[in-house]
Amino acid sequence: MARKTFLDWPVIRQLRGADPTGRGTAVTSPRTRSTTPRTAEADGVADSVCPYCAVGCSQRVFHKDGRVINIEGNPDSPVSRGRLCPKGAASEQLANSYLRQTKVRYRRPYGTEWEDLDLDTAMDMIADRFLEARRKHWEDEDEQGNPLRRTMGIASLGGATIDNEENYLIKKFFTAAGAIQMENQARI
Amino acid sequence: MQDFANADLIVIEGSNMAEAHPVAFQWVIEARRRGSRVIHVDPRFTRTSANADRHIPIRTGTDIVLLGGVIRHVLENELYFTEYVQAYTNASTLVSEAYGDPEDLGGLFSGYDPETSTYDNSTWAYAGDPDAIARGLPERDETLQHPRTVFQILKRHYARYTPEMVQETCGIAPEDFEYLASSIAENSGREKTTMFAYALGWTQHQGGAQMIRTSGILQLLMGNMGRPGGGIMALRGHATIQGSTDIPTLYHILPGYLPMPKAGQDDFDEYTRLVGKKEQKGFWANADIYTINLLKAWWGKHATAENDWRYHYLPRLTGAHGTYQTVMRMLEGGVDGYFLFGQNPAVGSANGRMQRLGLTHLKWMVVRDFYMIESATFWKDGPEIESGELSPEQIGTEMFFLPAANHTEKAGSFTQTQRMVQWRDQAVEPPGDAKSDLEFMYELGRRVREKLKDSSDPRDRPILELTWDYPVNEHGEPDAEAVLAEINGRHISGERAGQPLASFGEMKDDGSTSGGCWIYSGVYAGGINRARKRTPGQEQDETAAEWGWAWPANRRILYNRASADPEGRPWSERKKWVWWDEESGTWTGKDVPDFPPTKRPDDPGDPGKGGVAALAGTDAFTMQSDGRGWLFAPTGMVDGPLPTHYESPESNIPNPLYPQQSNPTRVTFQDEDNLSSPGAMGAGGEVYPYVFTTYRITEHHTAGGMSRFLPYLSELQPEMYCEVSPELAEELGLEPYGWATIVSARNAIEAKVLVTERMTPLQVGGRTVHQIGLPFHWGRGESAVVQGDGANDLIGMNLDANTQIQNSKNNSCTILPGRRPRGAGRAELVEEYRRRAGLIPALHPQVDGAEGAPGAGPAAGGTPHEVRGPEEATAVPTGEPSMKEMRNR
Repeated sequence: MARKTFLDWPVIRQLRGADPTGRGTAVTSPRTRSTTPRTAEADGVADSVCPYCAVGCSQRVFHKDGRVINIEGNPDSPVSRGRLCPKGAASEQLANSYLRQTKVRYRRPYGTEWEDLDLDTAMDMIADRFLEARRKHWEDEDEQGNPLRRTMGIASLGGATIDNEENYLIKKFFTAAGAIQMENQARI
Repeated sequence: MQDFANADLIVIEGSNMAEAHPVAFQWVIEARRRGSRVIHVDPRFTRTSANADRHIPIRTGTDIVLLGGVIRHVLENELYFTEYVQAYTNASTLVSEAYGDPEDLGGLFSGYDPETSTYDNSTWAYAGDPDAIARGLPERDETLQHPRTVFQILKRHYARYTPEMVQETCGIAPEDFEYLASSIAENSGREKTTMFAYALGWTQHQGGAQMIRTSGILQLLMGNMGRPGGGIMALRGHATIQGSTDIPTLYHILPGYLPMPKAGQDDFDEYTRLVGKKEQKGFWANADIYTINLLKAWWGKHATAENDWRYHYLPRLTGAHGTYQTVMRMLEGGVDGYFLFGQNPAVGSANGRMQRLGLTHLKWMVVRDFYMIESATFWKDGPEIESGELSPEQIGTEMFFLPAANHTEKAGSFTQTQRMVQWRDQAVEPPGDAKSDLEFMYELGRRVREKLKDSSDPRDRPILELTWDYPVNEHGEPDAEAVLAEINGRHISGERAGQPLASFGEMKDDGSTSGGCWIYSGVYAGGINRARKRTPGQEQDETAAEWGWAWPANRRILYNRASADPEGRPWSERKKWVWWDEESGTWTGKDVPDFPPTKRPDDPGDPGKGGVAALAGTDAFTMQSDGRGWLFAPTGMVDGPLPTHYESPESNIPNPLYPQQSNPTRVTFQDEDNLSSPGAMGAGGEVYPYVFTTYRITEHHTAGGMSRFLPYLSELQPEMYCEVSPELAEELGLEPYGWATIVSARNAIEAKVLVTERMTPLQVGGRTVHQIGLPFHWGRGESAVVQGDGANDLIGMNLDANTQIQNSKNNSCTILPGRRPRGAGRAELVEEYRRRAGLIPALHPQVDGAEGAPGAGPAAGGTPHEVRGPEEATAVPTGEPSMKEMRNR
């Protein structure tokens, strides 16, 4: 760092420069001047929507090296006009919280601890169990002989925090499989 | 949301918008800046109240009396919007001679069956020739004088909802009532509009659907529907809770609000006629077309006219199969496998204990989430483990925790609370094993189909014939836009084969088109993802039609034909929105008109044709079978055609209006963990003398799955607390910031004490009513940053019969200084209070406190409900016959 001179004194900078009230450039330190926002170093920014409540505030998701580094409100949105509430403003941490789970975990019946499990194996086990539960609780018809064509052995809950396209596939596949007990937060 | 700023008066009731929807609240602030008035009606004083012109504290659950009082006020003083009411509502329609009103029947409507606790709604029908009624042309008296007109029935129904009754029931001073009623009257009409906003403060009651309808009636009377700055804003609480109802993961509907078929509905034409008849007015007359297009989207070439488009592949309902009925089935061992997609019922659903016990009865469970939520760890650190009642070695549930991709790690759309679909671009790839639910579901379906590929079992045909082929990227992630395109629909044959549908108007009944959700048709028109439209707000007018896409047809205000007078002219220059342009012979304006574009205002409609052609030029309510806004609902509600006040089953106040204490159609489940205080109907009610109501705070989200695992948010709101008034704290010796234990008939929890004047003791029925506020975001799992007792452990599985949604907002409790006992002591404490209240099931057969009330009695086994009419798409009858312990009471 260059040696400080008389002209670098804040009060002199204030009087010399374009910041006569001394609340801007005149009083910034060299450290402040040398810093840049995280967003300036981002590899890219994706247009997104806040995942919390149903107002639908627009988010700009800045990322670098395949990782979310900052999320801020998008001023272009006619709904949110760039604002985010504490939850939306904290949503970078939703992605990067140290508590985030990134590995499949398995707990065997009557087990006392979680175990590791390969994702492919887990998917296959789930598909087998899905078919078994479907078969075991299958109902062809009711007591009056009306067709039911359904299974009561499988249920699901969730959908209000995931995507329309995801809900569509859940409804489509479960219904075709005869599983009717599909619900989400809208019932609660 | 921006339309809030157009309102002259905003009444926020059943919502704490400033804290639960802070960013939307900027438009309320904007409205005030423009000179509008804001009134907040709520049991608690909150930041919403602080930003309102007036806060009116109310006893929870009495909103129908308050708004019924306003309805009476505007009817008695002739303050309603006469021209609007005459032209656009069913005020002039005559109702059947057989109709009986609660005013004459002790609080019940005609058609009540005490055996089943349900109504036969045939006596609520319109009067007239059945064929004419089916065509939307019932008998009418345009002078509104006939005693059987809806208008006169409404007048009689609310005649006793006086300011004195409001004071006596709601605890609201006459001066506050006068302020509310005159504000609404002065800010409605040609020049002005009033808007209502509500949230779960209305929905979560046994009778919640009727609270919302009361404001619907008032808004129709005042001419505030379909107009800028008017309407009723539902403030929903999850990113796509609207979308997950439109394209539902709900048991009772198919995409686009088509009902799931019920047992016995085996004739396809009969089924579609129950949804909408060809001869009725409006857009539901094409229910057959919407259904055929959905079935074509699902079963493709296998769906043909000869096989009723594979309608017979759809499973059938036999009553309510909601999430609470499913919990009961789990407890009986009737459910083997359970999937959770970003939901945490161990904390977030009513009666946390029964939720968790239900999970212990499963064979296996798949939890898809970002974090180790309580519903994933109940077997090792749930409250029932802490108490010593259960241990992991006793719980046989096989658990699969699959990490989920978050909103930045996948592309897809959310539908926000005003029906606007917004697309998210993908920013990054999900880490490790984390996958989108799209990929999970597609992959699960693919594997199941592979395992079944050689099956000759007819029950596997619907899976094998399903259209299940989406393009995937190099990571195996299906293309979400391809799914959106299927939802939008496409031409299958003809000149435009392969092209996306431009709107649901292009859908055909001959199998030449398909579309997975008719109301979303147009979101992918021209092959362009319109949910991804992002023309900056600064470059558009206030409608902002080029930002996202709102269903249907990118329309921002529904029923906006009503923003013009019967002749098609704007009601006023100030409230101009959509109008008839004589020169071009079309409807035009600031929004997509909600009317056939070239139908003249003076068009008489063609009753011979049905559907859109049958609409008269003034039939503004284009989804209704008679083209009118319904003040009186002849069908669609299972607990009455008009909202009527009942007390909550646990209320200690006798119903001031009727001998019928509580909603006679309410649904509950008989279980020793689901007991209720007898309230005013039994001596033991005084054991639980206080009312508690739950709510959300800004820094947390629902069951905490997306907030208690974030250090920032956990630091802002670390602890579970209860809000009590200084008077109650003084009376009971509750220390500020000390601990309190809250005991209901279900369970006991502890919370830090916040003594605050935000809670107002109310004078009702000659007694002081204390209300306690409880946020519901905490749970006992060890994985989150912060833990606390869950308010939902105090709440019973007691449901509104229309919606099957639980009552979280109006329950009774007692409160004691100090922490709750640990271990087995917790259950002993709950038991001790139950014993005092006479709630020991072995000694006391009444379990929901309805003793002495009509309709109470031993569970009658349940009877399947009749299959009802077209408008009941969202009001599926209850009475699950295979669920012996459920009953309507």
